[in-house]
Amino acid sequence: MNNLGDIGTTEEQIELMDVATNFCRDKSPIEKVRALMEDDLGYDPDVWREIGELGWLAIAIPEAHDGVGLSMAEVVPIAEQMGRNLLSTPFGSTTMAAQALLAGGSEAQQAAWLPKIAAGTAATLALREDHGDWDLGHVASSGKETADGIALSGKKQLVRWADSAELIIVSIELDGNVRFAMIERSAFPDGALRREAIIDETARSFELTLDGVTVAADALFDGNRTRETIEKIELAAGLIHAAEMTGGSQAVIDYTLEYLKTRKQFDKIIGSYQALKHPTVDNYVEYEKARTHLYSAAHSWGEQGRGEVAVRMAAAQAHSSYSRAADRSIQFHGGFGFTHDCDAQLHRRKAIFDGALIGDAAYQRSKLAGLLFD
Amino acid sequence: MAQKPDAAELKEYTEAADAWFKENTVRDPGFMLPLTFMEVSTDEQFDFLREWQRKVYEAGYLGASWPKEYGGGGLHTDFQRAATRAMKKYDAPIMLNAIGNGWAGPLILDLGSEEQKQKYIKGMLNAEDIWCQGFSEPEHGSDLGNAQLKAVKDGDEYVLNGSKIWTSLGDRAKYMILLARTDFEAENKYKGLSFFLNPMKIDGISTSRIKKLTGEYGFVQTFFTDARISADCLFGGEGNGWSMAMKTLEYERGAKVKPVGGYFVKELDVMQIVELAKNSMRNGKPLLDDPVMRDKMTQYMIDIQALNLNNTRRRMPQLMQDKPMGLPLMNKLARTELIRELTEFSLGFQGTKAGYYVGDENAVDDGYWHRSYLNSFSATIGGGTSEIQRNIVAEHALGLPKTR
Ligand SMILES: Cc1cc2nc3c(=O)[nH]c(=O)nc-3n(C[C@H](O)[C@H](O)[C@H](O)COP(=O)(O)OP(=O)(O)OC[C@H]3O[C@@H](n4cnc5c(N)ncnc54)[C@H](O)[C@@H]3O)c2cc1C
Repeated sequence: MNNLGDIGTTEEQIELMDVATNFCRDKSPIEKVRALMEDDLGYDPDVWREIGELGWLAIAIPEAHDGVGLSMAEVVPIAEQMGRNLLSTPFGSTTMAAQALLAGGSEAQQAAWLPKIAAGTAATLALREDHGDWDLGHVASSGKETADGIALSGKKQLVRWADSAELIIVSIELDGNVRFAMIERSAFPDGALRREAIIDETARSFELTLDGVTVAADALFDGNRTRETIEKIELAAGLIHAAEMTGGSQAVIDYTLEYLKTRKQFDKIIGSYQALKHPTVDNYVEYEKARTHLYSAAHSWGEQGRGEVAVRMAAAQAHSSYSRAADRSIQFHGGFGFTHDCDAQLHRRKAIFDGALIGDAAYQRSKLAGLLFD
Repeated sequence: MAQKPDAAELKEYTEAADAWFKENTVRDPGFMLPLTFMEVSTDEQFDFLREWQRKVYEAGYLGASWPKEYGGGGLHTDFQRAATRAMKKYDAPIMLNAIGNGWAGPLILDLGSEEQKQKYIKGMLNAEDIWCQGFSEPEHGSDLGNAQLKAVKDGDEYVLNGSKIWTSLGDRAKYMILLARTDFEAENKYKGLSFFLNPMKIDGISTSRIKKLTGEYGFVQTFFTDARISADCLFGGEGNGWSMAMKTLEYERGAKVKPVGGYFVKELDVMQIVELAKNSMRNGKPLLDDPVMRDKMTQYMIDIQALNLNNTRRRMPQLMQDKPMGLPLMNKLARTELIRELTEFSLGFQGTKAGYYVGDENAVDDGYWHRSYLNSFSATIGGGTSEIQRNIVAEHALGLPKTR
């Protein structure tokens, strides 16, 4: 078995980890997270501007397009700290859109948008549909060539931060093939976006109606690179979400430990009871596995074959360890655990949402099985 | 500390080690080799493994990074790691003298006197002197601090009375690291303990063999009846036994390493399990077509890969800042439990054949999987049970209060 990844770090990664740790902790105290849950936009525009100014959106964009010219490996520590502090912004969706553009966009398309994204313009992906399938090749919305361009129809779901994104990359079926189209949000009529009630209250997501929108032919990605584009999107999404979920696992374990160290029952600190202590250790072990896989995935990101194995392992492990740690955290907080005030539920909800977006642990494993055994 | 090798030096050494193990490794001596140092049952196994260790040592691939003045090779640990990789690559037999080389040796190198280092280290490395460990007692295993074996000072000797149990290699060993009680009045149980480098082949010490669940032998009960040892055998000072025992356990549980080379417990090769799964049938089809089995197998691959990479990650301080003791302390727990689960899982592949054991011609791989599974408990119980390990991780890595 030589398609398993290795682990390593870069200097830039470590530097960014330090900066991101402080930034996300300072900008995203839990009271602020909770206040933003009630906010329409869902994030602090000043923080988003600062993220742009820090150049974090430019990290994995080539220098030729005004990026920093590093890779997704260096995005990982940032996404990890964002997940740890529940700092939600369009960072993840924008980064994924940029990766999609890099994989499938023409020179002209890249030149038009990548510098803007690098400078802090939000973008997003519209890939999910009513059938609920995680397979990105299973596309029901469609395009039809007309005299004016390509007329779209259908509905896209779970389009994250669509109200903030200036660019939306949409998957459609055209002449029997999956294609990607770049559409400016301003091209959609009023009412095309409906805010969805999603399980993760710290994120924002929309249903997007494509009907009645026509795009020019040059809005399409290269038809020969659809396969690569899908693969790249899956990998970028897997890596970013693995990072967020790993950071989230760390946070929810620490949050639980705090309670186990202070709450008393029967005159004892509850953390001294093995019925709580031992599963907490098991969850911690699972978290450490997730973090190891995460940095292995970052390290192996660019490698053919190994990259996919490592990213899917990281995504599977992160989703299962995050889900379990948060689930137990609710239980271990007793009655308080059942309240909206307990942070455990924020993490439990986020783990469900992340799994829904990219495919849960079982789905990742089903993909991995093919890579490992067949 | 010896100098870190440059790439060319290391490459040369690695090639030499590869060639040596390729040439000298005997995988099948004509009888069943033990999977761990704890299962050495027969004389032929013992003699073979002792000879093997001596040979590896003399070739320079064991103790390569231990100090030269005591019999080691005086090289940087990178060399030893390369040699160990070569052993794994050629599936070399295990090293016999685990307690000597794995824990007593590092302890003596760290804390022993010049005289003790001169006296003990070389004999450990060349397997001349086999070591055993007398910690557990019939009434006190996990609660090691409660050990009751009596050591009473009489002139320049100590007189020992009591019993130790589950003593691996106890009937073969020349020395034992021994935890005994020198003070029954001490203010707490830990303070009354002392630690000895105890000679085994003396009057008043006897052993009786205990048969294991695998059907093999390898550990004994050890009886001490007015056994007299020189006061020089005391190690670390009277009353410091607990602290010496804890330091020993850091090595035993892998929280600290002073790599001597080789391995004491045969590592499981996952690809063998994948092969087994591929060659097994379920409902007339290859087992790996069964989605449930595929899913489980995949999860195990994820777990194994994580634990393997943890070994690298624990040497990367930048990724260890949060809970620096976490990875070192969880290693034993995670690895041994995984091996237990995985070997148990492999039994399920075998269908009707799961009924056979070692010795029957119908047994899959000569019963290797059954034996591996039964053996896996040695590691989830020995050296501190998994439950005790969880307490340790909880208390020392996560800061939870002690269980009382
Ligand atoms: C193959 C093998 C080789 C060994 N070799 C040696 C050797 O060379 N030298 C030596 O000194 N010892 C050796 N041991 C002994 C080993 O260290 C002990 O068996 C072990 O520490 C457990 O002690 P015990 O057997 O008394 O079990 P007990 O301590 O009685 O444990 C019984 C059960 O209670 C649980 N338990 C106990 N205390 C707690 C607690 N505080 N919290 C939660 N659960 C608890 C345990 O996990 C276990 O499940 C060996 C053991 C094995 C299996």
